[in-house]
Amino acid sequence: MKLAGLLLAAAATLLAGADDTFLIRGIDVYPVTSKPMQGVSVLVQDGKIAEISAKITPPKGMKIVEGKGLRLYPGMIDSATNLGLQEVQSVRETVDTGELGEFMPQLRALVAVNPESEHFGAVRVNGITSAIALPGGGGGRGGGTQTIGGQAALIHTSGWTWEDMEISRSAAMQLTFPSMGGRGGRGGFTPDTVAELVGGDAGAAGGANARRQYDDAIAKINDFFDEARRYQKEKAAHAPGFETDLKKEAMIPVLDGKLPLAVSASTADAIHDAIQFADKQHVKIVIMGPREVGKAGAELKAHNIPVILGRALALPEHEDDSYDQAMALPNEFYKAGVKFAMGTFTNEFVRNLPYQAATAVAFGLPADEALKSVTINPAEIWGQADKVGSIEKGKWADLVITNGDMLEIQTKIEHVYVKGKEVDLTNKQTRLYEKYLSRQ
Amino acid sequence: MRKLFVLALGVLAPLGAETIVIRNATIMTVTHGTVKGSVVVKDGKIADVGEKVMEPAGATIIDAAGQYVIPGIIDCHSHIAADGGINEGSLSVSSMANIKDVINPEDISIYRALAGGVTTANILHGSANSIGGQTIVLKMRWGKDASLMIFEGAKPGIKFALGENVKRSGNPQGGGRGATPAVQARYPGTRMGVEDVIREAFTEAKAYKAEWDAYKAAVARGEHPMPPRKDLKLEPLKEVLEGDRYVHSHCYRADEILMLIRVADDYGFKIRTFQHVLEGYKVAKEIAAHNAGGSTFSDWWDYKMEAVDAIPFNATLMTRKNVVVSLNSDDAELMRHLNTEAGKAMKYGGASETEALAMVTLNPAKQLGIDNRVGSIDVGKDADLVIYDKYPLSDFAKVQKVMIDGSVYFDRDKEVSGLAAKAAEKQKLVDKLKQQQQQNGGRGGRGGRIG
Repeated sequence: MKLAGLLLAAAATLLAGADDTFLIRGIDVYPVTSKPMQGVSVLVQDGKIAEISAKITPPKGMKIVEGKGLRLYPGMIDSATNLGLQEVQSVRETVDTGELGEFMPQLRALVAVNPESEHFGAVRVNGITSAIALPGGGGGRGGGTQTIGGQAALIHTSGWTWEDMEISRSAAMQLTFPSMGGRGGRGGFTPDTVAELVGGDAGAAGGANARRQYDDAIAKINDFFDEARRYQKEKAAHAPGFETDLKKEAMIPVLDGKLPLAVSASTADAIHDAIQFADKQHVKIVIMGPREVGKAGAELKAHNIPVILGRALALPEHEDDSYDQAMALPNEFYKAGVKFAMGTFTNEFVRNLPYQAATAVAFGLPADEALKSVTINPAEIWGQADKVGSIEKGKWADLVITNGDMLEIQTKIEHVYVKGKEVDLTNKQTRLYEKYLSRQ
Repeated sequence: MRKLFVLALGVLAPLGAETIVIRNATIMTVTHGTVKGSVVVKDGKIADVGEKVMEPAGATIIDAAGQYVIPGIIDCHSHIAADGGINEGSLSVSSMANIKDVINPEDISIYRALAGGVTTANILHGSANSIGGQTIVLKMRWGKDASLMIFEGAKPGIKFALGENVKRSGNPQGGGRGATPAVQARYPGTRMGVEDVIREAFTEAKAYKAEWDAYKAAVARGEHPMPPRKDLKLEPLKEVLEGDRYVHSHCYRADEILMLIRVADDYGFKIRTFQHVLEGYKVAKEIAAHNAGGSTFSDWWDYKMEAVDAIPFNATLMTRKNVVVSLNSDDAELMRHLNTEAGKAMKYGGASETEALAMVTLNPAKQLGIDNRVGSIDVGKDADLVIYDKYPLSDFAKVQKVMIDGSVYFDRDKEVSGLAAKAAEKQKLVDKLKQQQQQNGGRGGRGGRIG
């Protein structure tokens, strides 16, 4: 029975039709990077977008997809997941995020991605064709106690192996930035004034203590970076007695400003400190999961630092925050002129990425910006805009055909393509549905 | 300090219900289709609804042109407004504990739920025990005290729980989140034990009921017997046996759902609702035959082992098999957008618009036995109404106004326009405290005292 189930699951993920060359005809195209075009044709060749034109005459025998009355969007990108590395959140055996050790830049999320994870089947059908897979806990368990969790990968949500799924094996280095009274900006959200007031003397003393611990934690990170830089110099100078150190080796692209640090920071203060840190170390950063804009908006804009926003459907941080704080946050960042993309931070919610974006629209974000935040913006932030994120010639044919707005719950997803290959829209859940629907 | 800020935030409680006409709206009644027209609210009740209505003189007019009106959302599974813990986890049968005793009317989650269109919620004990504590149905009357939040006349309930959460305390290896050390292991540690705990409890409850029945029969015969000793653990279970208390049972897997149905059959009581019931679709036939309801999540899955076979089609599939289905939150955040969760029932499995909307309005009302009062827009029912700016089963919609008993408890325009004033009020309080602390020479603050 178990074996049969496994075989069934394996068979079902066989990508339907290996043919990655075809023509989509007469469809309304939403390229994201340019204005929508009505009733045009898109030629896909060897998995890539070869041509977009009002009329393309297909070679004889080419597969044609009729797109009349339908829409074509680029596949969506979730910028914070543990896809492939976490199956059942509460069962440690199924969780491969959150390795032991504090500074672990040499770890690569990509190599632990299980292409057969049931999550991929569940998210593909809603049009999510790629995702950042974080090595540290994006949410749920497996957070570990790391400061540097390892290298995050940008992956396709469909493929035979992790190599096949790879878009970028090293899209970012995950850094959990310390915060006052907590780590990763998860705790420590209390503004200084309130923290001091609430606690009185003891609070002030506690505040000083927390400040010292915080400064120590940042100093420790700086030390690690400084050591890595010394290593880099020794290596370049072929210093006598030089020995390879995989941790420091993994830091070189970060130090060279080629690989961004994905830094978790929730408060404006934490963001400010992260920017200071980045300036001091001359490294590139992306802020992960901020919960407020505040004075950080102008600073982020001035430094041209992008952010990855967490779920718009989240509770406010404090009792006295406005009820719609999280829903309105994307628009706040937009108004501040900060570039942002969206992430769900928990595998279970990846399939709701479009609905998170729509919620941001309900609370003020222009619809175009919402669409960008799940397509071209993440592609640019993760340095892969030449491959994914829009419908443009030369990019992977990561495509979604719908009967309406891709961000709307009521919209039907008709076809999904990853690298030009049509994705099977059945999954474990549709199979259970069909099976039990037929129970008499 | 925090409490002070919350008070500053709080919207003044509505004084008395006025006569209101909501005009030019698209009204989704749930029971008789969608009407373009007006709703008349009088004395806290729905007085009229239709394309053309008689507008009472002097009525307050709400122009809802382009907007949608639905019945107040009912959440059949919530833990908000319960002060402190919700799990009396020391015993496997904690039926003597009652959520009613710990209602905190100042929990900000109440206001947030309101802002998400929720007007009524079933507040449950936690799921640590096979038989948990007693439950209470509340209306989200923010600003009123606890006793005035209680839904008048709603039948009381009791929480049961099956599966992983219950087993956790009895797991010698520790059961993950919230696990107690093996030395404190508490029976049961398996699904077999869960069945036994429930059977043991109802064996006792039956004997207890028999004592009372014998006593009452003797009194009826004119005798003067000593009454049996009142047992606060068994009293609620006796009420379950007598049909005077609803059983809301937390469950995930098909096997345990079927087990509880058979236990209930054997002891002659009914399960009112299966809660979560993520594998309900596998035994929908048996659930329907027992006449139980199913109250589930739209698409939560895979967060624990017993949730791996959860499918987003569950709500629609159970509906197709004649189970009365509601979509609940079990979560202060999810609670705020149950309208989109209903929208997902249309996406996954193709529930009709009315079926989907009923899953968060009329169906939970039925499950809680309050559908004579709430759950649809019908003349004579409580004026618990939500106005959305757009089609409410879409993720692009947001709540504009929420009315309970004909009084507006949430108004987005006022909320937005009042933000600056609230911020100023907060700053004033902060300044005042700072000043006080300076006057005290930095001493005597709340944290200054030891002990």
